[in-house]
This record gives sequence, structure tokens and C-alpha cells, in this order.
Amino acid sequence: MTTALSAKEIVSKLSAKFPEAVKEAGADSVLVKSASLPAVAEYLKTADGLKFDYINYITAVDYYDYFEVVYMMTSTEYNRSVTLKTRCETRNRPSVPSLAGIYQGADWQEREVYDLMGVTFKGHPNMKRVFLWEGFDGHPLRKDWNK
Amino acid sequence: MEIDENKEYIYDSYQLDCDEGKIIEQMKASTKKSIPDPADWIDADLKRNIVLTSLDWVIDWARRSSLWTAICYPACCGMEWMATLAPRFDGARFGMEIMRASPRQADLLITAGTLTWKMAPNVRRIYNQMAEPKWVIAMGACGISGGIFRSGYNVVPGYNKIIPVDVYVPGCPPRPEALLYGIQQLQKKIGRAKAVPDLSELPNPLNELPNPLKKDKKK
Amino acid sequence: MTTTQEISLQTEPFVLNMGPLHPSTHGVYRMRVTLDGEVVLDIEPMFGYLHRGIEKLMEERTYTGSIPLTDRLDYASAMGNNLAYCVAVEKLAKIRVPERGEYIRVITAEMIRIANHCLAVGSMLNDAGALGTPFFYLWNEREKLYDLFEMLCGQRVLHNYIRIGGVSQDLPDEFLPALEKFVPQLHKFINEFEFFLKQNEILIARAQGVGVLSKDVALNCGISGPLARASGIKRDLRRDDPYSVYDRFEFDIPTGENGDCYDRYRVRMEEMKQSLHIIDQAIKKVPGGPFRAKVPQIIRPPAGEAYGHIEGPKGELGFYLVSDNSIAPYRCHIRSTSFINLTALRQMVKGWKVADLIVIFGSIDITMGEVDR
Repeated sequence: MTTALSAKEIVSKLSAKFPEAVKEAGADSVLVKSASLPAVAEYLKTADGLKFDYINYITAVDYYDYFEVVYMMTSTEYNRSVTLKTRCETRNRPSVPSLAGIYQGADWQEREVYDLMGVTFKGHPNMKRVFLWEGFDGHPLRKDWNK
Repeated sequence: MEIDENKEYIYDSYQLDCDEGKIIEQMKASTKKSIPDPADWIDADLKRNIVLTSLDWVIDWARRSSLWTAICYPACCGMEWMATLAPRFDGARFGMEIMRASPRQADLLITAGTLTWKMAPNVRRIYNQMAEPKWVIAMGACGISGGIFRSGYNVVPGYNKIIPVDVYVPGCPPRPEALLYGIQQLQKKIGRAKAVPDLSELPNPLNELPNPLKKDKKK
Repeated sequence: MTTTQEISLQTEPFVLNMGPLHPSTHGVYRMRVTLDGEVVLDIEPMFGYLHRGIEKLMEERTYTGSIPLTDRLDYASAMGNNLAYCVAVEKLAKIRVPERGEYIRVITAEMIRIANHCLAVGSMLNDAGALGTPFFYLWNEREKLYDLFEMLCGQRVLHNYIRIGGVSQDLPDEFLPALEKFVPQLHKFINEFEFFLKQNEILIARAQGVGVLSKDVALNCGISGPLARASGIKRDLRRDDPYSVYDRFEFDIPTGENGDCYDRYRVRMEEMKQSLHIIDQAIKKVPGGPFRAKVPQIIRPPAGEAYGHIEGPKGELGFYLVSDNSIAPYRCHIRSTSFINLTALRQMVKGWKVADLIVIFGSIDITMGEVDR
């Protein structure tokens, strides 16, 4: 059974190395400050006892005050999963550091989030639209996008 | 030539994408009304004066008995279209022997799937490349009016906004029997047509629409 | 001869567009291929030609009303998408499905897995050059499965059968006897089919060693399903994260070693046999009782979020749902297998010829409805 690591466990494992960056957000997921996101992801991927090497999905949700980007990773060795979240408060050009260098599967999923939600990922090698054409007006999955 | 793992593309893909985006926006802006049925383009007076000669009958029989389809199966209706050509509901017994990969060698376009605005210039280009006489069957609810996805931001509400359609086959997806019935209706329609008139002399609604795929010669 | 000068041929790479409507790309998929002669240097995949905005449409419909939309995602195996969505909603709303409903779900999920693999193997062999014959033989078996589905729910494809809390109708009386008669027939057919193709020289020459995907790259990209298992990753959600009643059945998980196209073909054939084994066990144990929990037609799950996933025929298919206690989901993200499996294509293809590109692409087994959503 793939057990989801509870938020308390993850925070306790990470708080030694990243004291300010991590805090709980709900029972199962952890809120990470966007500046330290690549470092946390790298640590989760390579550290002993963690080894989260398989990325399930990357997506974004538009709560009207902020955008929340959600990542879920699974460890095939220990059969556990973890959910990370990060927030960007601005509606005009929100941006988050990219994980494309750490997980290759993050490449297209981040492009999809940029295309449909408008969140740019700093450090992404090829930040272009993937589903809609260049010149499309706006980002359709936002809550305030009208046709 | 050696293969470099880290090398990116040798062309500027962003510029190519921007050009294509402009064509899509132009097409979207210019398509407001549906294109009417090709059988209605002929004036009513002209219709009464046309009497089918025996030569017309032979030519019509030849055309309707060996319809070769061009490839256009974007989505789910493609599954039922493949089933129509498969051994159980054999499409070959109606003359639809082969699926031609090149539109220049085909005379029927069965549109089996949802049309999106990003795809629309490509379908228009394939329709333009088919040689006369050519017919179109709009298959499935998405082909007729956009179907279950009609309110989507990227969905064209029906193929008849982009190309003229002869027969509409409803269903989501239509059973192979329904598609075969649609093909038989098309064959009857071809049998009624006058085979010989020159369609380029008659008023053609397609000629009045701006064609974004044609480049301006004067620059 | 000593007086002959060496003439070196200057070559330049050129870019070829394999357009959206093409006979070998399964659906509307477009690639710009950079070629040096026949050897592929690089590809740039482009999608969006079937992007219908399903995620946005789901925000405007009720939870039950979105089930037909999920059918149209992976249209080659529609029952699996319904199941994934309902598993996610049941996790969000904490609904328990009765036993009979669970067993029916397992039987239909395994049937659609066999149907999907018939299509996948058939089209890969079609692309490799066996134009028509294995494809139509396998399609015949798929048509027999269509007959069984029609007996069950009235539709051949795009079934719309699984509901939140169970299934929509009970099994008709003639269904289980017909299925019992069908299973040994299909077993015999698969054995005959493998007898012809397992040691076929052309298949081995075209598929063995071609398009190798190593284990590290596969894990890094997030690949799942038969594609990952052929590369040696022994991960199957039916065993590692069991949903429904899969923990009561015994089945093996076939894996490959090299990660080439031939291994993917073998893994899919073995998976078909394992699915028949599961159906055999499930038919004997179907209990009586209700087939659906008492769930209202318009449900309002409590505010929160959930991620439910299944082992679909192509890999891990999941739905991430966020609810704000209203009748429609606030946000629904579809973790689609084909989109993520396609990430590996660029690395598998570099250095091979154009004909191999087609076979490799066919062996990944994607459906554009899922890629573009």
C-alpha cells in the first residue's frame, strides 16, 4: 500500500535542513516557500530514507487570492508518497522556480501549467505554450478568464 | 554527422509557432456562418432544367461505387470508423476499399472527431488539396455541431463552419451500421447529381470567404 | 588508385514536418523531425490539435455529469477512465462501494485492459509492416469484447457505465455465462497468435534492440504502465497501491529486461493472459447484494482535495479533485498517462531511422484524446 507520508513526518524530516521553508498545509501536504523549492526537491530525491524518485503530477489551482502549484512524488523503493505545495501571491505574472533540471518529467507538465494558468517557471529550458497557439488571448483555466 | 545530446533544434521554433498562431486567429475571426450544403448552390430554376442523360448515369454510378476516403480521424469516432472498415462491418463491399493517405488521391472525407481551432487550418488545407469531385461526411455529434464539447474554448461548433458538408451522421459515436447508412445516403445523393456541369462557373460560397492559407503575392 | 581525390560529400540536416493528419501517428500528433539523411537527430513534438478543454468543462458540470466527459479521454479503453474518476470522487466524499459493485468493476476493468492491448499490439505490428493481418485478427477479438459490453450496458465504446458508488446497472443474466464461454476461446487465440509471432524474424529484426529506454530515464520522466515494466521497473498499482478489491486476486506482473520494443510487445501479451486469469477468479466469486451505494444524483462532497489513481491499460491514470462543497468540482486535474509517457520519446528516438521512429512511437501506445485532453 502506498502510504502517504503525513505532513508532520515530512516537516520533522525536513525542518533540520530547511528551517524556515517548510510548514504543514492540511493533513497530507506540505507548504514550501517557492525560493527553496528546488533545494527541497533535490533533497527529497536523493536523501537516504526518502528517495522520492518518481513524480506523479504537477498542477496548479487558482484560488482567487493566490495560485497554488501542487507537486506529488512517490518513492518506488519505500512505497511512500508526498505532496508539496507552493504559492504565488501575485496575479500579474506569477512565477515559481522550475524543477525541470531535477525531474525530466516536469518539463512538459510545467509548460502545460504555463499555458493554461499563466504561471511561469524560472529556469525552464523551453517556456512556450503547449496546447494552445501562440497569440491566444489569456490563460483559459483561470477563474477570471472570459471568452 | 554526429549527434549532440544537448543540442536544441536548428530552426527557430518560436517564430514558426507565431506564424501559425496568426493563421489560426484569422481563421477564427472570419468564420461566422455555416457553409450551406453543396447541393443547394445550384439555383432552383437550373435544377428543374437538368435532366440526367445516360452518360451522367454511368459517371455517377462509377463515382459512387468506389469512394476512397482521405485520412481524418482525430478522435473517438475514429474507433467506430475503423470498425466499419474491419471484417465484421465490411466497408469494402460498398466500394470503400482503401484509405488513401494522400488527399490528392481521395474523394471522400469522413470527419471522425472533434474539430479544434488549432486543427482547423490543416483540415481546410486537406480539403483544398482533394481533387473535384469531392464529398464530405460529418460523422458524430462533434462533427455536426461540436457535440458534448460545444462550449469549449478551443472547439469549432461543427465542421460546416470550415468546409461544406454533404451528409451528417448523428451519434456519439455512431454505430458502424449508422455510418454505412450515411454512406448509402451519400451514394444516392451522388446518383442524383448532374455529373458534367462545371462547378467553377456557379456561385461558390467558399470563394467569398477569405482564405488565410493563401499568401499575398504583392509585397 | 592513388590519383583519385577523395570527394567528401557536404551534408546539411533538414527539418521534416510529420503533420497532424498522418496515417502512422495514432491520431492528431505532429512532430518536426530534424533529419540527416534517414537518421533522426531530433524531434519536436507539438500537440493541442485535440485540446477540447475537458478540465475547464468539468468545472461547469456536476460530479455525475462529468462521467461522460471522462469517457472521451482515452477513447480506446473508456471503462478505465470512468473507474479512475469514480475512485477519486469516492475518496473525496468517503463513500464505500458494495462488494458486488467492486467485483463487477474489476471484471470490466480487466476486459477493457485486454481490448486495449489488442489494439495496441495490432497497431504496432501495423506500423512495423504487417499491414492488416494481425491487426484485423486482434480487432475481431476486440469486436467480441464489444459484444459483451453491449450486452452489459448498451454501448460498444464510450460505455459510461461506472457510477460514483458502484455501477449503473446490474449484470444481465446471460452475461456471466457468455463471459465464461469467451475466456478459454481467447486463451486459445492468444496462444496461437504468439506461436506465429514470437520467433518471427521480421518482428525480431525490427523490434529487438530498437528504441531502448533505460530504467533511470524512465523513473526520472515519470513513466508508468507496460512501458515502464518493459524497462525493468516492477511497479503495478494493482499490487502496490490496491484500489477496489484487487488485493484478493493472485496475478503476476510481467516485466522485461532490455526496455526495447520487443519487450513491450511481450509484456502486453503476457498482461493479456494475466487479465484472463483475474477474470477467471473473479467470475467464481461474484457475490449477490446491491451493486451501488445509496448516493444522491447530485452529490456535494465536503471541502477538501483528493487524488485517486488506477492502473489503467496504458499506465497510471489519476484525477486530482479539489472541492469547495458545491455541486461541481472547483478544480479537476487529469494526470494522463499518454502525455507523460510521451516525454520519453525524444530520448528513445535519437540516432534511429525514420522507419524505426514509427515503430517506437507505435510501441509506446498513446491515445491523443488523453494527451491533449
